[in-house]
Amino acid sequence: MIGEKVARAPASDVAPTLLALRGVGKVFSNGVTALSNVDLTIREGDFLSLLGPSGCGKSTALRLIAGLSTPTSGVLDWRGGGSLDRANIGFVFQEPTLLPWASVFDNVWLPLRLKGVSRGKAAPAITQMLARVHLTGFENAVPRELSGGMKMRVSIARAMVTKPRVLLMDEPFAALDEITRFKLNNDLLELWQDERFTVVFVTHSVFESVFLSNRVVVMAARPGRVFDELAIEAAYPRDEAFRTSPDYAALCRQASDVLVNAINSTAGPHHDGH
Amino acid sequence: MTVIDGTLKLDPEEARRVRQERLERVGRWLLPLAIMILAIWLWDRICVWNEIPQYILPRPGVVLQTLYNDAGLLFSSLLVTLRITFLSLALAVIGGVGLSVLFAQSKWVEMSFFPFAIVLQVTPIVAIFPLINIYVNNQTTKLLLCAWIVAFFPILSNTTLGLNSVDRNLRDLFKLNGATRWQQLRYLRLPAAMPYFLGGLKIAGGLSLIGAVVAEFVAGATGQSSGLASRIIEAGYRLNAPRLFAALFLISLTGILIFLVLSLISHLILRRWHESALKQER
Repeated sequence: MIGEKVARAPASDVAPTLLALRGVGKVFSNGVTALSNVDLTIREGDFLSLLGPSGCGKSTALRLIAGLSTPTSGVLDWRGGGSLDRANIGFVFQEPTLLPWASVFDNVWLPLRLKGVSRGKAAPAITQMLARVHLTGFENAVPRELSGGMKMRVSIARAMVTKPRVLLMDEPFAALDEITRFKLNNDLLELWQDERFTVVFVTHSVFESVFLSNRVVVMAARPGRVFDELAIEAAYPRDEAFRTSPDYAALCRQASDVLVNAINSTAGPHHDGH
Repeated sequence: MTVIDGTLKLDPEEARRVRQERLERVGRWLLPLAIMILAIWLWDRICVWNEIPQYILPRPGVVLQTLYNDAGLLFSSLLVTLRITFLSLALAVIGGVGLSVLFAQSKWVEMSFFPFAIVLQVTPIVAIFPLINIYVNNQTTKLLLCAWIVAFFPILSNTTLGLNSVDRNLRDLFKLNGATRWQQLRYLRLPAAMPYFLGGLKIAGGLSLIGAVVAEFVAGATGQSSGLASRIIEAGYRLNAPRLFAALFLISLTGILIFLVLSLISHLILRRWHESALKQER
């Protein structure tokens, strides 16, 4: 039961820094500046959301952190030096991105399999992870037999099966219906509180970012940059009661105002409104 | 999933749809069969009504009788043709998949060698055969080479397309997990290319039979072959139309069987996950 959990204070300034982005910029080969001079500190145990309009470079930032792309300027400073082992990063894409020919079990096995762990050796970890995302009994199903929400659960289980220190999520629930999204939000928070990993969560939903995060970093577009940061100081665990509370509504309004300012800051000849 | 039990009452529209579906299922088999029988009957009647001599157009019954009478000769020829067909198909699979995997390793290799495969494909095999005839001595090798040239291209081009059609995110996922080139090929690109490969295989199956028959035809002109095609040529020279038809019938039947078997294999492999093999739910 969520209610029985000990409330966990939001990661505070005293938590050690996990990753610092210093003056990070990314210019694509077509000349588009996706990110410009981004300074961002991610602390151990953060649930940090990158919130912004499309084109603000939030997905680019996530790919840089994942090491799928390299910055054209600036540095990513992992715990004050050296790069984090890729084994310590889990990534969840916007689409479930599963192997369509493989069973749920084999899909979750994949990261371990690529590290040379046999099916038998990996089985306990896989079974446990599938139970954590409420998919026990679906081990032998193939992705097409699952609903959108269940596919996303498999995707999360796959990202978490290696017990990564950081989970990077690129608008993972954007394509899901609201009821499913709420459920997955709750389950993700529960998982995060139990396992104490760090999450960087890209979203364009104010409500989702406020519900999940202890820090919301609002980004603006053209060029993609950090506009402002909000601390969401509501206590965890957050559940359905929090979702309907006045506190939540007030925080959402606050975040929404910042987002509107961020969007308006992108004035000038490129503005969409013209 | 909703379970509809037998007692559930269907509304008229739904009932009509179910009836329509059942009718379609039966019709899919029955209609072609009926047309086929009708056509054979018509063929027989035309022979009788117009008093067409047997050496021009034999009646279907005579063809069937010849199939029985000449069974020994025809089936030993069929075996010769089948041997070439399946050997060349196997070589086409090995060659096509092997080359496409090689192409997938490097864009440069693909750019350099793919045009050669196309040249080989677009040049009619009948035009190449005299050259093969000069350079290759062994009869089986000759025919095999011919059939292989015709059959390997669809496998090569389809598998190459499949190996290159992997979801970008999945590629990133493998990269994130530090997959080696071999692991990416084994666990991602080859399975992803499977539907494309099987599509190519279905085409190549028919083509390898065509390749074998055409090669025999060209070789048969010199009286060196003993496959079904040479039986046809021979029967043509002797105005033995019934045997000609019987041999033709065997070739068609073989082609149909190859297609059905390959379709079945394809279905069995893809039925759980690929769109092409899924029944539409309504």
